[in-house]
Amino acid sequence: MNADQNLPDDKVFHSIVKILEEMVPPETEIGLNTDLGGDLSIDSLKSMEILAKLEDEFDITIPINVLSEVRTVEDLVRQIKELI
Amino acid sequence: MSIFKKFQRLEESGKKLKKEFGAFFNVVLEEIISSTEAVINGKRVILAGTNNYLGLSMDDSCIEAACQALRNEGTGTTGSRMANGTFSGHVKLEKELSSFWNRSHTIVFTTGYGANLAVLSSLAGPGEIVLLDSDCHASIYDGCRMGGADIFRFRHNDVKDLEKRLKRLSERGTNILIAVEGLYSMLGDRAKLEEIAEIKQKYGAYLLIDEAHSLGVLGDNGRGLVEESGVNEQVDFITGTFSKSLGSVGGFCSSNHPEIETLRYASRPYVFTASPSPANIAAARKALDIIIHRPDLRKRLWDNTYSLHERLSALGLSLGPEITPIIPVRYQDPDEALSTWTRLLENGVYVNMVLPPATPDGSAFLRCSLSAAHTARQIEAIAEAFEKAAAAGNLH
Repeated sequence: MNADQNLPDDKVFHSIVKILEEMVPPETEIGLNTDLGGDLSIDSLKSMEILAKLEDEFDITIPINVLSEVRTVEDLVRQIKELI
Repeated sequence: MSIFKKFQRLEESGKKLKKEFGAFFNVVLEEIISSTEAVINGKRVILAGTNNYLGLSMDDSCIEAACQALRNEGTGTTGSRMANGTFSGHVKLEKELSSFWNRSHTIVFTTGYGANLAVLSSLAGPGEIVLLDSDCHASIYDGCRMGGADIFRFRHNDVKDLEKRLKRLSERGTNILIAVEGLYSMLGDRAKLEEIAEIKQKYGAYLLIDEAHSLGVLGDNGRGLVEESGVNEQVDFITGTFSKSLGSVGGFCSSNHPEIETLRYASRPYVFTASPSPANIAAARKALDIIIHRPDLRKRLWDNTYSLHERLSALGLSLGPEITPIIPVRYQDPDEALSTWTRLLENGVYVNMVLPPATPDGSAFLRCSLSAAHTARQIEAIAEAFEKAAAAGNLH
């Protein structure tokens, strides 16, 4: 319900959106340019939860250092793709 | 754009917290009556949230040792350990800690935070890996970040999750350092050290344990979780602080790896800060001696722990996963935690309040930490205060 129709049919992106949807109020718009902290109020604790869920989803191990490189959903998509 | 703009969101959160929880953030201990009592808001209260596990901050012999050092050596060292800041007391304490932990080398740092910052930032560099328990203290996270290693968390005390990651990461063929704590400061549970040490051996990793809250508390001789769990030899690095059971200020790292001495040159947090004051070192030395020779203090601490845990449990409160001198009382609603904290203070008991996101699971809790110096009457008074607070809460 939240993903922008113009966004790529991308498994990583949709997985991230699905995880984020569980953490934000219903009907919140989430797109590639959505700022995780600024738009969605994702704090450090929630960031760790997101990483843990993505690790389970893609069976990967994500260094928490990536968080310093992540501001938007697109940043997170890029970081995860590098690890898959 | 103001240089402070990036703090805007934090400032707003801070204002909200101060408005709602101002009483908590503004606590001042106006007068220290003993290691378990102080005056707050003009009222005498029992301190049940100080990490002063053995009550040694007000021990007569520790105070006298600190006073003597103060008179003989001055108020400060005015220099780094690398330059003019190594006094004979620092060297003696390092030898005493090496003997205590049965290690060949010890380095004393200015704070416990500084010890973890110095050790982790130096041991694990770019291209190397640190695997840390998700409930590890901020000093461990900060040390890892400063060193530039790749940092991975494993789920709190989940040995299977640790092994899953170790298996994957060991394929990189680089050094891996696992970091855990003897007693986790928030929920008061122990690391599963025996199993972790076994896995560490299996994958050829290094193991660091922070015994900040377990020194003097766990083990027959107070030698922390490494003693209690019987895996002393498998632990590569033991870090800790003087600011809890030892009632002073400072930190340390003990190890059987002789190369640890290189940290005296390689570690910026060691080199570029003033060494601990003579009074702090003298107090820590005396307190360590007391830990070695006064097992009765540990027994009293644990008697108090069992006693309060039993009383709080009987009240139906939601407590932590293990019975240890750190007893968290959990609340789903932060407002309930605050109202209980306020009622406790009104009833003459101070405890810590921990709010999300600082809490491991997003809940809020009131954190009691007990002391050998608490009397049976004080333990009863703490339990009664919780009982009254709970009863008052039910009326609303």
